[in-house]
Amino acid sequence: MPKIRNAAIHGYGVYIPMFRIKGAELAKVWGKNASDLPVKEKAVAGLDEDTVTMAVEASKYALKRAGVDASSISAVHVGTESKPYAVKPSGTLVAEILGTSRKTTSADLEFACKAGTEAVQFITALVEAGRIDYGLAIGADTAQGRPGDALEYTAASGAAALVIGPAKNDCVAKFDYSVSFVTDTPDFWRRSYERYPVHASRFTGEPAYFHHTISAVNTILSENGYSVNDIDYFVFHQPNVKFPLAVAKVLSIPTSKVVPGLVADMVGNTYAACSMVALAKILDIASPGQRILATSYGSGAGSDSFVLTVCDGILEKRNRAPTYTELLSRRKEIDYSTYLKYRDKIRM
Amino acid sequence: MRCFLCGAAVLKVDEHWDKSLAELMAEAGLRALEDSNLSTVDHVFVSNVYGERLQEQANLGTFLAEELGLKNVVATRVEAGGVSGLAALYSAATVVRSGLSKAAMVVGVEKMSDGTLEESISLMTMEERQEYIGSFGVSQLAEAALLYKEYMRRYKVGAESIAYFSVLSHENSSRCSHAQYQFKLSLESVMNSPMIAEPIHRLEATAPADGAAAIIVVSDDLAEKLDRTNCTLTGLGFSNDLPVAFDREDPLAMEAVSTAGRRALEMAGVSRSEVDFLELHESYSVMSPLMLEALGFTERGQACVKAEKGVFGLSGELPINTFGGLKGRGHPVGASGVYAVAEAFLQLVGEASKNQVAKAERGMVVSMAGLGAYAGAAVLEAVR
Amino acid sequence: MKPLTSRPPFYWRLRPFIYRLEGSRCSVCGHFHPLNRVVCRRCGSRTLERERLNNAGRLVNYTVVHQAQEGFEKTTPYLVGWVEMDDGTNLVGQLTDCDPQDLKVGMTIEMVVRKLRVDGDSNLIVYGVKFRPLVQR
Repeated sequence: MPKIRNAAIHGYGVYIPMFRIKGAELAKVWGKNASDLPVKEKAVAGLDEDTVTMAVEASKYALKRAGVDASSISAVHVGTESKPYAVKPSGTLVAEILGTSRKTTSADLEFACKAGTEAVQFITALVEAGRIDYGLAIGADTAQGRPGDALEYTAASGAAALVIGPAKNDCVAKFDYSVSFVTDTPDFWRRSYERYPVHASRFTGEPAYFHHTISAVNTILSENGYSVNDIDYFVFHQPNVKFPLAVAKVLSIPTSKVVPGLVADMVGNTYAACSMVALAKILDIASPGQRILATSYGSGAGSDSFVLTVCDGILEKRNRAPTYTELLSRRKEIDYSTYLKYRDKIRM
Repeated sequence: MRCFLCGAAVLKVDEHWDKSLAELMAEAGLRALEDSNLSTVDHVFVSNVYGERLQEQANLGTFLAEELGLKNVVATRVEAGGVSGLAALYSAATVVRSGLSKAAMVVGVEKMSDGTLEESISLMTMEERQEYIGSFGVSQLAEAALLYKEYMRRYKVGAESIAYFSVLSHENSSRCSHAQYQFKLSLESVMNSPMIAEPIHRLEATAPADGAAAIIVVSDDLAEKLDRTNCTLTGLGFSNDLPVAFDREDPLAMEAVSTAGRRALEMAGVSRSEVDFLELHESYSVMSPLMLEALGFTERGQACVKAEKGVFGLSGELPINTFGGLKGRGHPVGASGVYAVAEAFLQLVGEASKNQVAKAERGMVVSMAGLGAYAGAAVLEAVR
Repeated sequence: MKPLTSRPPFYWRLRPFIYRLEGSRCSVCGHFHPLNRVVCRRCGSRTLERERLNNAGRLVNYTVVHQAQEGFEKTTPYLVGWVEMDDGTNLVGQLTDCDPQDLKVGMTIEMVVRKLRVDGDSNLIVYGVKFRPLVQR
């Protein structure tokens, strides 16, 4: 894929719902060993929250950071696997609530956990082609795990949004390069009309997550002539905490470049939002001139990988909206029965 | 505005499972007609708020006429939220005074038992602005709770002092045979009842109810011919305000109530001190002090102090809600105003039985829609 | 009978206010009205301009509602707040992301858009304004 010459992040925003359920609480219900859990706790959307409301919250923060008025936005693409409606776009709702331009291109994108970065691919392309000035790329999910399934420990709720526009000096970070790597790999799916996804257990690992993530990273590094040493931070999709650390080991990436971008231990796997939330966490701390390599993974399967260079605008803009850490500190612990109620798992 | 009331009827406020909206209004209408010794009327006005929603019935005037076997009469329904009863009285008084009518019947009717409790909360909220109150998931009950809290804060009044108005209402409804609740309440039981919207306890609000009441309004000359003690309607006043309390400069001011009351008294040529009893629209306990203060019967923030001194009891200086008001007698919304007027009639003709206010010469009825969105007041006087 | 509030066009018309707090401000007296107005309800002027309210304000008072109206049965108890927005406009709405013990009269609140209710018959989701304590920066 060619180099990205003129697309940059002008603002970024994260949203993490305030409710958390501990892995230990889930383990207690299902009789599992609490010392062997994929994450410590996960974020749970409240009764009045869904993908749309969380996408709006993240977008409002992103617009605030960008200093861009909603009316200048002319693309809203929402990547999610938990659309409130099977038919009826989430993107138009988000656009209407934000008050974007009426002349907005909008669609919901589905690619499991990669849908959010797919929105980034679309918006960067639209900006670079000169078709739009500013667009919003959003990843948001209220991920569902069947009660008792392994996924229930990690399937979490959250959103992240990027305001993407032309590369300018005052932007947050410039996109330098992107690649996508896809195959047909049935590691995780949900058929129409079904409430919970199915996963292929250990098949989700080596041939799925690892193969696509590592292939994407290797491709983007080699096409740019970069080595691991040229990158300051690595961001990965995080179905749990182990997987990104395992990738780091395979690619000989020092953990110090990976750990700052870990979010799954405290937030869980926010699916389409996950790697974007992790990227936002890095943007909260990165310095101008630093280089970030962000890689998503979506089941089915594929990875998007981006190289970004942090710009001067970061220093001032990051303070305009709540950071990842600040949002994480807004925390109310709930028990399993409240969790069932909030996530609409009690059906008569 | 002088015209005469020469008959009234009040059905027991209850859950009338076996009676339809039409049967309820017919029964009240017929009894009022019999009470007045009249054989017929030429106008009927039905006061009703929720017929379209709960019974899917419109055109209630015609149905009342049909039930009563009346032919070739003017028949219509009047709706102004909680002021519907007084608005219907206004229509009747206007046609009688203008000479268009010799005798007009006003029937207030509501049948809320056809709906659920949740529905009744939504129905009350119909008096508020649906676009930005109802649609935000805010009910009138919630708004009343916010006003209640503001009242407590501003005047440093405790919840017990406000809840006491429920005790006062039940004191009177306990001896009233047409009341929904014919028992006394202790302050303790009010305060121990569950919160429905903090700080409002369940026993500080009304419950859904069915009921019908009727009055007959006649001209001077017809009143003279009838062998029936009557009373006169000498003053009527109405006023509107911004419908949502929080849109007003002062949400506690109840300016519509002030103005409607002042206008009614002015029209009657009666001063406040001459009013012997007062029927209020206490849809929530806190509405009693708010209305008393808006009407100028007490200083702002002083109503609770006066209540505790016994001023508003049946034998006090200014009895209020003499048959129990909305809380004790019950609040079948479209009928409530007509109940209050009929009750004032009973007081002034000396037929209030165990609820009789001694030497009742002048009474005042005040209703409001919403939380002071619209208000009406009537002054009625005994004929001696 | 189908309640008015479950009719899609009813909520559709309200989008400017219940999604974005857009309304009409009187150019003469400055009073703000939700949605469209042709006459200022406070001073009677007929010069009004479209405006979007600032998202922040302060909490004047609140209540915990236990007796729900129709359509809100599954979310009781819920909080309702009386808020004064930065321009002085008073609004009432539900409070979210908080418990009574998190609230203090006078605290800064911000507007958020949340799911208000789901219509029982059509399953249409109604989104609209709620308020919550400002997420601190």
